[in-house]
Order: sequence, then structure tokens, then C-alpha cells
Amino acid sequence: MTDPLLSIEDLVLALPESADRAHAVDRISLSINANEILCLVGESGSGKSMTAHAILGLLPPKIRATGGVIRFGGEDLLALPEKRMRALRGGEIAMIFQEPMTALNPLAQVGRQVAETIQTHQPKLSAKAVDARVLELFEQVGLPNPASLARAYPFQLSGGQRQRVMIAIALSNNPQLLIADEPTTALDVTTQRQILDLIKSLQAERGMGVLFITHDIGVVADIADRVAVLRHGRIVEQGDAQQVLHLPREDYTRVLLNAVPGRGSVAPTASEAAPLLDIRGLYKTFTTSNGLFRPKRRVEAAKSIDLSIARGDTLAVVGESGSGKSTLARMVLRLIEPDAGEMYFDGVDVRGMKREELRQFRRRAQIVFQDPYASLDPRLKIGESIIRGPMAFGASRAEARAIAEKWLVRVGLGAASLDRFPHEFSGGQRQRICIARALALDPSFLIADEAVSALDVSIQAQVLELLAELKAEMGLTMLFITHDLRVAREIADRIVVMQHGEIVEQARAHDLFDAPRSDYTRRLLEAVPGRDFFAGRQMEAVG
Amino acid sequence: MPQVLKTFLRRPAGAVGLFLLLLVILMAALAPVLYPGSPWEMTAIPFSRPGENGLLMGSDTMGRDIAAGVVHGARISIVIGIASTLTALLIGVTLGCIAGYAGGTVDGAIVRFTEIFQTIPNFVLAILLVAILTPSIGTIILAIGLVSWPPLARLTRAQVRSISQREFVQAAKCQGQSTFSVVVRHVLLNAISPIIVLGAMTVAAAILIEAALSFMGLGDPNYMSWGYMIGAGRTVIRQAWWMSVFPGVAILITVIAINLVGEALNDALNPRISRA
Repeated sequence: MTDPLLSIEDLVLALPESADRAHAVDRISLSINANEILCLVGESGSGKSMTAHAILGLLPPKIRATGGVIRFGGEDLLALPEKRMRALRGGEIAMIFQEPMTALNPLAQVGRQVAETIQTHQPKLSAKAVDARVLELFEQVGLPNPASLARAYPFQLSGGQRQRVMIAIALSNNPQLLIADEPTTALDVTTQRQILDLIKSLQAERGMGVLFITHDIGVVADIADRVAVLRHGRIVEQGDAQQVLHLPREDYTRVLLNAVPGRGSVAPTASEAAPLLDIRGLYKTFTTSNGLFRPKRRVEAAKSIDLSIARGDTLAVVGESGSGKSTLARMVLRLIEPDAGEMYFDGVDVRGMKREELRQFRRRAQIVFQDPYASLDPRLKIGESIIRGPMAFGASRAEARAIAEKWLVRVGLGAASLDRFPHEFSGGQRQRICIARALALDPSFLIADEAVSALDVSIQAQVLELLAELKAEMGLTMLFITHDLRVAREIADRIVVMQHGEIVEQARAHDLFDAPRSDYTRRLLEAVPGRDFFAGRQMEAVG
Repeated sequence: MPQVLKTFLRRPAGAVGLFLLLLVILMAALAPVLYPGSPWEMTAIPFSRPGENGLLMGSDTMGRDIAAGVVHGARISIVIGIASTLTALLIGVTLGCIAGYAGGTVDGAIVRFTEIFQTIPNFVLAILLVAILTPSIGTIILAIGLVSWPPLARLTRAQVRSISQREFVQAAKCQGQSTFSVVVRHVLLNAISPIIVLGAMTVAAAILIEAALSFMGLGDPNYMSWGYMIGAGRTVIRQAWWMSVFPGVAILITVIAINLVGEALNDALNPRISRA
């Protein structure tokens, strides 16, 4: 066998003293051959991004490599002078980042940004040749209409198109090694599918080595040749993808595999009780002006939405970003006012509620938001955040504190966390706090707006489990908004699929997964990463 | 908080600014001890040079001790700077909060109202107000406060607008908290850092406006002020430079100190810089 393209040997990255552990990664070794995809899997904080950044010499200021070598083509990347490193970056080694919006310069045309990368590494190339190369690259990454798209600015492109531009930039100098740091995490399922297919086909075409970083085992199952599982900065398991996925040796790998949502049996029936929430003909259009003389841009977030949720049921609303599902959640609580339509909660007209009525309604209908980092007041102790709810409804401070303590214990955080600040908690813990805050008001209806989307799979599973338990305990009715069909499958009795502000399919969970009626639903189902792999696993488990 | 203080003191601007500012405050606090008599008293021979007749900074045209004036003037400058900034903060933050949180027509009306004030030159309006209301320390504070609030209102409005979109504010609303509680305890608390910084800069500007008013003879006649001293010494500046230079230097140092403190505060309260 030939030498590997890149080999990392005993790499140690030291964290600053104030960090919760001494090393970001501790003596990890891995290698990537030409023409293969190595997936580095792990939860957030496992050190997988740090490893990628170390390869390119892009470590944050206070983190240093204190041991080991990273060998690439006979050179040790850790010891390389900055000038040589610059030549490698974007040349032989290229990188794709997670968030294409922030990785692109918002003020430059995307074609220019690709051209810039080419010119940096091949300064002698004529302008004409560079332009031709840009168009060729855009063609290769499947961007429609390359000539006109090259003149577009990043904000004019969709998330998927931006990621394609990033890939074009990465490929512009024919790299031997491509590092992809969670390149599809910020994308919708269907877009994710396209980007994964693109990366895989480009890799095969060019015989590149790819280091693919992800927290999603489903993605791994789809594209990996080999897998390395990282946990707390150490490699837990490493090997051939087939072997690691089908016959994992380590418990932790099994935990990761089992955490992927949407494998269990679908909830059998939906109850036939009277609806708790009934929505009829809801409309909402957002208009944004583009300056005085341009036509206004109109986005229809809700076009005649009809749906009802039976008492004690969980209704999942599934759709891609921009489908209007979050707007729907906010309209139910009247955080956004709908333009037309009717909403009845327990038989009472929600849209007609006045100030005090609305306040009482919001007590019964609570919400857990998507981003656990934005939904807790950073300047308040979490106890205080929870206490203020019951206090607003007349509880004394002592009573409210007791309620807060009870709920914090219930969601698994312990009463001592009452006096700590949000930044001291991880994403999953924060989401538990948000759940405690919502439930402290003793609601009968809970809206979860992408409540687990920002979390790692294994944490996701824990939070979903907690929600299911609480639902059973309190007899909650839930509206669960998600872009992830796997999550919907895990928790929902009924599922509504939304696209462009319209409901395209509404069915019992069971029926939807077995026999989807609309094309769009079918497309969503097919795009789920690792679908075949998990279907196969389930067959094995059953058979 | 200790983190903020640490970043603040680690900046040269912060350390130097704070030192100079403390010096001025100390001077103001110790004025009655250092120069027990009234600074208006004619205790020396007029036109004494600095160092002559035991006078540190000389005397003015009427034989008043310049050093006594500078030390006592620090009190009035600091009192006016702080009190008028508080007035401006009260008006500006209140209006900015209402505009930013309410949005729509209320917002439009308040922004237009603010713009009216911004189109009138600050200083001209201050002169006008003080002249109409007759100069006294109260009217000077009011006048400076009334001309200094628009930038604070605009900043507060922008901050409140962006923060009230955040999810934790919506969560607080859903918790059934009253609008007042949501705005004050959640929105404003998170918006306050840049307002504090601009507030510090406003203190410096207020001191300059007060000095300028006194220079023009619109100061409170009962209190010695740096601006007044410069105004009084201006006619003889060729023969007796010290009469205007020492109070001028005092103004310069105070304003620089406050600006440095403001700049360092800006860095210290910015979480990205302070935790780097």
C-alpha cells in the first residue's frame, strides 16, 4: 500500500487553563489515503473541528499543538513556516465550512471570490483563463446558469447554492485533500442530500482524499469509506465504515448509532378527542420594501392553513426552511399577528383575545424555541428566568422558587443550577432549562419550535425522551415543529408537511411514513441521510 | 464583572483615563480643604505670575487666586457633567425604549421628534434655553440635558429594536410578564452596555458645553467655573497667559480622561474583546 495522503500521529492540542479539560484532542492518530472519504464523527466539543483547523494551521489564539506531527506529502504541517502554509491552504488542501453565509464575503460577487482563490495560487494565469475556469467549476458543482450566477452576491443565493460556491472555491486549485467541516449541518434535508451526493461524486471523479466532519451517523452511513469516532478528544474507534457501522466494537459507537432518531415504531393511533386547537384558513404575508422605486417583495408564509390538534396528541409540522412552519408557531401564540383566518383554543377565539385574556392564554400555551443560546436571557440566572413566569401570575417569590426548583430537578438538572448563568450550561442543558421554564406555568399545550434541531443527535434523543415522558405525565398536547422527518417520526401522532406556506400533506404518522401521498413528502423521505442503512439495521433487528 | 474590570484596567486608555479622572474628582472633593476660602475672594495682587507671591498659578485681573478657581471649578464641571448626562439619559433612554419596543407609528413619531432636535445646533439651543430661563446651575443642567439626549435616544432605539427580536424576549412575553417588566428587566438590561459608553462620552461633551456657556457669560454667577475663568482672562491673554491656560488645561485633561474611560469601557463591555 502507498503512503497515506495525510497522517496525523499522536496529535495533542492544549486548551487554555480555564477550559473544562486540558486537551482539545489528546494523542489522536489517523490517516487519510488518496481517493477515500474519512468521516470524523463526534458530538460537539469532542475536538473534531479543532483537529481540522490544526491541519490547516487555523487554530484559535489560545490553543496550541503541544505534541505530535501532521504529515502531508513528506512535510510536517505543524512545523511549516507561514509562507509555505499559505501556499498549501486553498492549494493542495482546501476546506469547506459549516455556515456558507458567514464563510463567503457578503460584499463581493461569488464569481470574483472563486477567481481570487485561483489567482492567489496561480498568479500567472490570464484573466480570461481564470474566468473560464470559474465557469467550469460552477458547472462542475452543479450551479445552474454559471455565467449569471457568477455575478450574484452571496445573499442572493440559497443556502445550498452558497455551499456549492464554497465547494467550487475549495476545488479551484485541484486540491489533493478536502476538509469538510459539517458542511451540511446548516442545510435542509433535501439540500443536504444534494450536497452529499455532489461531494461524493467529485471525490470519486478527482480521486481526492476527503476528511468529512459530522455529528450525524446518518451522513456517515451515506458517504464514508472509513470512520473515526471521536469523544472528549480521544479516538474511540476507527476503521472501515461497514465494519464500524454494522459491528461497532465500542459502546460509545453503539450509543451514537442508537441515538439517531426515527427508528422506533411509529405511534400507533391518534386519539379522536375534541380538538384543543383548531385553525381555519390562516393567512400571513410578509412584505419587505426594497427601496422607494422597486416593487415590494412579498413572501407568503401561510396560505390558508387548516389544522387541528386533538387533546393529548402530538402534531408535528415538518418542512424545509422558509416553509412557514415557525411563523405558524408564532401565530398560534400571537407573537406574530396573522392577516386573516380563525384560531380557536379550547373553543375560545384566540384572535379576539384582549390583553388579560391573551396573558392567561399564553400561560396555558407555552413554547420552547429552537436556539437554546438565544432563548435564555444571558444576564439572568436561570432560576430567575423561570421564577418570573409563576410570579407574573401571582405566585409569591418563595412559591415560584419552589416551583422552579421542582422543574429543574424534573428535567434532570438539580436544584443547585438555580443560581447559575446560562453560559455555564451546554446546549442540551439549556434546552432542558427552557422546557422547565415553559412547564413551570403548568400549561396544557406546548409548542416546540425546532426544539432539538440545534442539538447533537445523542443529546437530541435525550431531550426527545424527556419531552415524551413529560407529555405522558402531564397530559400535554404538543405542536412540534421540525425540519427533520426522523424527529417527527419519533414523537408525533399526526404529521403535517408544509411547503411554501401551504400544507401539502396531513396524515397520521403511521400512514405518512408507510404511504406518503404527495411527491414532496416522498422527496423529503428519500433525502433522509443514512436511510438505507438504518432501514437495513431495522430489518436485521426484526429478523 | 471582575472580568470586565480586568479588561478595563489592562487597556492603557482605561488605566490612564481612570487615573486622570480620579485626580480631577479628588481635586473637586478636596477643594474646601485645599482652598478653604471662596474662589471669588480677591486675596492677592492682580496680575501675579505663577509662583509669585506664593500663588501656584498666579492671580487674575482682579487678584483672585487662579489655583483656587481651578480646584473649585472642578466641582461645578463634574456636577454639571454628571447631572445633565443623567437628565439626557432619562429623556433619551425612555423615548428610545418606547420607540424601539413599540415600533410602528409611535416609533415614527418619536424618531421625527428626535430629528427636530438634531437639526437644531446643540450649542445654539443651549444658549437660547439658558438665556430664556436665566442662568443658574439648575437651568444649565436642564439646558445641557435637553440638547444632549437625541444621540442617546437613537442608540437606545436601535439596541432595543434588535434585542426585542431575540427569543428570550419572546419567551418572557409568553411567560405572561408585563410589558414594562419585559422591557426594563430583559431588553434594557441587555442593551445597556453601549448606552453606558455613550453616556460617558456625553459627560465629556456636557462639560465642554458648560465651559462654553460660562465663557459667554451665561454661567451661574454663584459658582466659579473653568469656562468663566477663560472668558474673564481672554482679554488679557497676551499679557497674562496663565489666566486662561490653567483652566483650559483643566478642561482638556478632564475631557480626555472621560473619553479614555469611555473608550476602555467600550472594549471592556464588549464580550468579544473582553473574553479574547
